Amino acid sequence: MAEALAVHAPTHGAEDAHRAKLAMWLFLASEVMFFSGFIAAYIVLRNATPAGQNNPFNIENRHLSVPLATVNTMALILSSFTMALAVAAGQRGDKAKTSMYLICTILLGTLFLGIKGVEYGTKFSHHIFPSTNVFYGCYFVLTGFHGLHVLIGVLALFILAVGNERAVLRDMHSGGNTPMANPCAIECTGLYWHLVDIVWIFLFPLLYLL
Amino acid sequence: MSAEKHSEHHESGGEHLPAEATGFFRKYILTYDHKVIGKQYLFTAFFFLLVGGGLAMLIRWQMAYPNQPVPVIGELMKGRFVFTPDGSIAPEGFIQLTTMHGTLMIFFVIIPILVGAFGNFLIPLHVGARDVAFPFLNALSYWLYLPAALIIFASFFVPQGPAAAGWTSYSPLSNLSGATPGSGWGQTLWLMAIFLLGFSSILGGLNFLVTIVKLRAPGLTWGRLPLVTWSQTVTAVFQLLATPVLASATCLLLADKLIGSTFFLPAHVHLADTDMSPTGGGAVLLWQHIFWFYSHPAVYILVLPGMGIASDLISTFARKPIFGYRAMVWSMVGIMGLGFIVWGHHMFVSGMNPVMGMTFMTATMLIALPSGVKVFNWLGTLWGANIRFAPPMLHALSFVSMFIIGGLSGLFMAATPVDIHIHDTYYIVAHFHYVVFGGTLFAIFGGLIFWFPKMFGRMMNEFWSKVHWAITFVAFNCVFFPMHILGEGGHMRRIATPTEYEWLQPLQPINVFISHSAFVLGAAQLIFLANFFYSMFWGKKAEGNPWQSNTLEWTQPSPIPYYNYDKIPVVHHGPYEYSLEHANGRGDWLPQNEPVAGNGSSGHGSK
Repeated sequence: MAEALAVHAPTHGAEDAHRAKLAMWLFLASEVMFFSGFIAAYIVLRNATPAGQNNPFNIENRHLSVPLATVNTMALILSSFTMALAVAAGQRGDKAKTSMYLICTILLGTLFLGIKGVEYGTKFSHHIFPSTNVFYGCYFVLTGFHGLHVLIGVLALFILAVGNERAVLRDMHSGGNTPMANPCAIECTGLYWHLVDIVWIFLFPLLYLL
Repeated sequence: MSAEKHSEHHESGGEHLPAEATGFFRKYILTYDHKVIGKQYLFTAFFFLLVGGGLAMLIRWQMAYPNQPVPVIGELMKGRFVFTPDGSIAPEGFIQLTTMHGTLMIFFVIIPILVGAFGNFLIPLHVGARDVAFPFLNALSYWLYLPAALIIFASFFVPQGPAAAGWTSYSPLSNLSGATPGSGWGQTLWLMAIFLLGFSSILGGLNFLVTIVKLRAPGLTWGRLPLVTWSQTVTAVFQLLATPVLASATCLLLADKLIGSTFFLPAHVHLADTDMSPTGGGAVLLWQHIFWFYSHPAVYILVLPGMGIASDLISTFARKPIFGYRAMVWSMVGIMGLGFIVWGHHMFVSGMNPVMGMTFMTATMLIALPSGVKVFNWLGTLWGANIRFAPPMLHALSFVSMFIIGGLSGLFMAATPVDIHIHDTYYIVAHFHYVVFGGTLFAIFGGLIFWFPKMFGRMMNEFWSKVHWAITFVAFNCVFFPMHILGEGGHMRRIATPTEYEWLQPLQPINVFISHSAFVLGAAQLIFLANFFYSMFWGKKAEGNPWQSNTLEWTQPSPIPYYNYDKIPVVHHGPYEYSLEHANGRGDWLPQNEPVAGNGSSGHGSK
């Protein structure tokens, strides 16, 4: 029985991929807990602030651009879609499509960051800072850490896209079959990207709508 | 040694041995070997054990002889650090001492030793792997711990000194930079160090979980894992899920301090005549909730690996299987589940809703059940056993008995009406020192002596180990048991001058007795350190399995070769097969990778 249990070890690639995916799922669990701390703080502080005209959490006191944030939300949702397409293309081994979808995702992520930059810029120019009141403190910390995570995702995608595009170009110039970007790495980055999207799906209604 | 070409990938047949690192720098500094990384954590933590212990000696001097110049050190440090110009400890300096003693011991000594040293060193060996799942990430975890340690050490030297708001860092004392010396740069550096350390912890927990889930040797089912490894699994879950909440708490407090937000400041908090929070809107209790959401699981991180070590040591030296293996596993899982929902018992007198007090009291009392199960199972293991009183066993037995006392005092404070009287008194100090020092630290001493042969290829001196144990055990109880009495008498925590309170004056002789015992206790630890470092170089050379223990690492020579196992072992049963007759003709133990003689495969051990 012991001999039967001494399983023939799977190929190095598949074994590594299983470990990497488990690691990414565990990391995402820790990220959920990280953002939960901030979201819990927001909910508690909002409930603790007495109602009234000067309540900084009132919609009219928040001075946030819902249209801009809606564009951002659409951008991120669409980027999750292109990310999924990139993962699928990677698993098929389709180098060209992988590059295309990775680049689309990067562009949409950069659009998100750009719009966020515009939002922050307008706030600062109106002398609105994290110290202005407790709502803005929450707003800047929540969107700031989320934006940082988007930026890290965009950088990771950029590294994958550059590596993949190198393979595409090498094939175009000298033929042959250069290995593309690691499909497991694309999938793990995809998982991370989906989390970043999901966090925004929580932040958008919490900060802008409700 | 003919090592194969360099390969990082494990194969069941063991043909691909990784190449050995060469040169001092690659072998001992920039290493990916989990065993060396474990030792890096251990030695860094030893340094902070000395610093934290030194702070404790200063605390005890002040409690016994308030406002009197400290001998020797007071002379040298007059007017600097926490000292007044005449060499005594200033009141505002005293709270810096208590803050840093707690911070260093919890974050930079106990957790790094339990998880960084023991976890790193033992997990791959116990699951029969060559290293952890992600060796680079493992090294990264250490190289995040070290800068965090340097930052916290640097905080001692900034103007106005280190953080002073308690290791619990409550707002607004920690929030407002002018509140007390140390609330400025000292506190900011504290927060940054803790944040970095959190990163290290989270990545470490992730690494260990993937290792234990994915890298177990053939035949090593979950039901055959040593309890040391089970305890590390549960601890890793706590690290992964609870530490990020501490990270968010430190980010919010840093935001308050650095960019002027008011998460933890209600409106119009005044420092002298200045309004520090004109807009306010924050909540002081919010810090406490978010902080304790992590810090309660943290105390289970502080104790669970020790429980695992104690289980394996007791089983080995009682020559008996652990009583109730499944119950031991499920009780650890139970502690893990309940550990996330009891944080409010640190806040019974904070002003939070009394209904929440009731909820937390119930959940906290429930946690006593799995802990009690474990205690009875240790006693059940010892019952009728032929006990070998080697030094590791002395420490493991001390763990069980001191943990019982610490756990019992915990029941008192779990009851909200009682806690109203003993919160923030020395009763609490007694409780946590009994579980962390009396429990975990004894388990650490026992584990270090036990696995010393595997780490360094030599034995620690048995006589001096026993001397150290005996003095520590007696002195420890002399220091911390009377603190229960002080607490009952109303002696508050973190006060610099007990003699200025009328109702505490009759208790002062107890303080003096505690302090004298503490000086003995502190000095005795030098015996352990001397024994440890002397034996590393000149101790008696160790054989492969000097304790006749069953887990996989004892099948290898001492010290363990850099590749761990030349052939990945195949596991046939659990690690608690002791006191068997005719077990392969070897005596009364049966290593995990040997089938029971006569049978082709093993029917012993759990599933």
